[in-house]
Amino acid sequence: MATKTQQKTTWMTIRPRFLPLSLKVDRRAPITALIILMVTLVVLVFSISYGEYDITPWEVLQTLTGTLPDDHADARNYNLVVHTFRLPRILTAFLVGMALATSGAIMQGITRNPLAEPGILGVSAGAGLAAVSIIVWLDNVPLSLLPWAAFGGALATAVAIYVLSWKQSGSAPIRLILIGVAFAAVLGALTTFMLVFGDINDVQQAYVWLAGSVYGRNWEHVHTLGAWLLVLLPLAIFSARQLNTLGLGDEIARGLGTRVELQRLLLLVISVALAAAAVAVAGTIGFVGLVAPHITRRLVGPSHEGLIPITALFGGALLVLADLIGRSIIAPSELPIGIVTALIGAPYFVYLLYRYR
Amino acid sequence: MAVKTKQAASNTTRLLSSRALLFPGLLITALLLLVCLMWSITLGAADITPEVVFAALFSFDQSEFDHLIIQTVRLPRVLAGALVGAGLAVAGAIMQGLTRNPLADSGILGINAGAAFAVVLAVYMLGNPSLSVYAIAALIGAAIAAVFVYGIGSMGRGGPTPLRLTLAGVILTAFVSSLTTAILIQDQETLDQIRFWTAGSLAGREIPLLVQTAPIILAGIVGSFLISRQITTISLGEDVAKGLGQNTLRVKLYGAAMVVLLAGGAVALAGPIGFVGLIIPHVARFLVGVDYRWIIPYSAVLGGLLVTIADVAARIALRPQELPVGIMMAILGAPFFIYLARWKVRR
Amino acid sequence: MDDLIRIDDLSLSYDGDTIIVHQLNLRINRGTITALVGSNGCGKSTLLRGLSRLLKPVAGSVHLDGRDIHAMKAKDLAKQLGILPQSPSAPEGLTVHELVAQGRYPHQNWFQQWSREDERIVHEALVTTNLTMFADRPVDTLSGGQRQRAWIAMALAQQTDVLLLDEPTTYLDLAYQMDVLDLLDDLNAEGRTIVMVLHDLNQAARYADDIVALRGGQIVAHGTPEQVMTPENILQVFGLKAEVITDPVTGTPMCVPIGRRGQRRRERQVSLSANGKVRESVKIP
Repeated sequence: MATKTQQKTTWMTIRPRFLPLSLKVDRRAPITALIILMVTLVVLVFSISYGEYDITPWEVLQTLTGTLPDDHADARNYNLVVHTFRLPRILTAFLVGMALATSGAIMQGITRNPLAEPGILGVSAGAGLAAVSIIVWLDNVPLSLLPWAAFGGALATAVAIYVLSWKQSGSAPIRLILIGVAFAAVLGALTTFMLVFGDINDVQQAYVWLAGSVYGRNWEHVHTLGAWLLVLLPLAIFSARQLNTLGLGDEIARGLGTRVELQRLLLLVISVALAAAAVAVAGTIGFVGLVAPHITRRLVGPSHEGLIPITALFGGALLVLADLIGRSIIAPSELPIGIVTALIGAPYFVYLLYRYR
Repeated sequence: MAVKTKQAASNTTRLLSSRALLFPGLLITALLLLVCLMWSITLGAADITPEVVFAALFSFDQSEFDHLIIQTVRLPRVLAGALVGAGLAVAGAIMQGLTRNPLADSGILGINAGAAFAVVLAVYMLGNPSLSVYAIAALIGAAIAAVFVYGIGSMGRGGPTPLRLTLAGVILTAFVSSLTTAILIQDQETLDQIRFWTAGSLAGREIPLLVQTAPIILAGIVGSFLISRQITTISLGEDVAKGLGQNTLRVKLYGAAMVVLLAGGAVALAGPIGFVGLIIPHVARFLVGVDYRWIIPYSAVLGGLLVTIADVAARIALRPQELPVGIMMAILGAPFFIYLARWKVRR
Repeated sequence: MDDLIRIDDLSLSYDGDTIIVHQLNLRINRGTITALVGSNGCGKSTLLRGLSRLLKPVAGSVHLDGRDIHAMKAKDLAKQLGILPQSPSAPEGLTVHELVAQGRYPHQNWFQQWSREDERIVHEALVTTNLTMFADRPVDTLSGGQRQRAWIAMALAQQTDVLLLDEPTTYLDLAYQMDVLDLLDDLNAEGRTIVMVLHDLNQAARYADDIVALRGGQIVAHGTPEQVMTPENILQVFGLKAEVITDPVTGTPMCVPIGRRGQRRRERQVSLSANGKVRESVKIP
């Protein structure tokens, strides 16, 4: 006598009718995604409207959708400001946030430590050093080359960290993190050295880049980063299962048939690539990869099917907001986005540590 | 309690296994330091021979250009290096003893960053502050940083584990250096003034600054030595120390105060230099064992030695360009940190 | 009888230098419950790890159903062998259902991540372990016994013939210990082969068909509880002087340690009986 109790579960299944596909996702995920997206759009519009050149949000919408009346006095200016300056910049911030948040989520998954993120693990520093080196040594570096250089630097760093933390028992998460911290320190020092003695004319500008900034980012940046995300983000989302099993511990993961070391390495490569692309476009921005997954976990639970996509959206939203704050808080001057994330992210993270110890 | 520490000191394997070797060893190391100091003075934009150096030090002739250079430029610089090295090394030894964390050092735990930020802030707000302000700002910054990093690192079950403290230090450093960068970006003038200093540099250390900070660092070293017995006990474990009747809270507070003096003074003098406090205590422990009555003096001398050598390397490596010594220390120190993280840390 | 697991000349080590398990030979029969016992450091956990491929052997081999486990693909082995290590930990906030669903991993691939079959099997596992009402609760909010049952449910969802468990009852309250052991007994009745490391000798005697007693990485005694549980064996394996009586509840052998207090009491009773009445046996209440 099997009575099926139709009680509401916390999860839902996705089984499209004509595709051999099936997926289980936390019920909270789609709704949360929608909410975050809507909030992001609102913040986006407001962010575009804010600036030295004031445009009302309604006019922003009109400009974006191309419905600005032809006889509008400042139509040409609006188009310029919105489409050439602000939109690409804010979109860059969004994409960078997506990349960093996802990278952080993956790193936390493979190290089983909620305190891991590309900045802390020195991966961002490796990417930054490579990018700065290229800029210093070569003239007229094409933008599309930078993410590859950054990826090379970040990957070399990640592999070095991985190899150095390897013992016969495997790559214990604690060692991974501590060695990552060491790398971050020395790579940061080398980057400073490059900047101090390199030919970058404006040292101040170099500092800004290092601090992480989306100032002056244009459509080329958006396209470059967008291309990398197009490949990497789906890979990350589809790796959810592997991340879930790794989260249960190496032994149980092995018992379930996971090839633990191989999976960890592959996932590391994906997260490093994400971080590197972000650094190449916007410099070393910290704390997004730390805070975004943390908050997302509280919203939709630790299962990565929902965690990865929502974290990506949330990270994007956070950076769009951070960019707005950076532009408005000491207007007309601009606080680089990386500094905003550090100034807000660090205390917030300490607060999280305190509340959930 | 004296018996316990004596036992502890003799039970561990150390290089200078006979107690009779400890004092002579210290003297020899100090002698080595003096030799390196002399060597460092001879190097520079134009190398000066040792004979001239001796003359400049002991029969100073004001009309001799070389003598002037030595007295006003090189000697202060070299002495600053030795002081900074000694101070940071002893600070590291105290931190490692108090927190039983082999990875503790004033750079990693964010104390250097805190002190540096305070100095940058002072320069930004006061334009061209007097030297005593430098020192006071650094001390305040170091103190606040110490409180924060210990507080953050202690949250959670199990208290301040090496991992938690390190991460707390990383977070604190990130936060504070963002603030520092924010100021430097704002103000071109401030940036120009201290650009080199923020990387940790001994260039241009002048006598007045030396005079201001030397007493602080020396006080820190002496003060640390005074509690060396207590630190040895607490390094055996907090519960053990309490069981032996020690007031661990007082020892920790006193130790923290010494760390603040040492790190703050060092940063005021030469900017944030990391890894000295990380490496030297391990070398000292390797040589003399776990008794802090010996670890502290050895650390002081060895620290001075390390920074002096690093500074020489930094000046020679890219002649005539000068590499900030802080960067050289990072390059030297990181492999050591990695070695420690890999072999010396257990969960 | 059917050899499900065949261990030949197995030597295991963690770092390549110190050999923990020495040239061990063992046969485990299908459908039995085998308990690995011994004092700390005797190699029982290591042996279990060697059985499950968590540890690569320095020498020797392990065959499951005639196939060398190290030649099999990871997922194939996972479909036949389920392992539950000591003190497993689940990520914060993970629900029971999500945990048990993980057990389906070896049966899934990139596209089919949650088929109807997966759903059904997970549900069955929850029913078997009596956890359906906890399905949507986070694992870390459950009691020790319920949590252990959740992990067993995950291993059940794997649908393996063999279950390896490392000290499944340690750290649990006594009632929960019995709970877990009874569950394993039921699973065995359904045909599963169970190999578990137990630190409680009496529990082993009660529930196991075979006991393997280890000392210094080698088998000292192997057989039914009646065969293995003798005062001589107990002394050799555990360094413990004990009496063996029959468990009044289950009829299986039961180890009763003597210790200093027992020894003193014995001597007192013997001296008591020497004054007058002659007692035939010393009754230990």
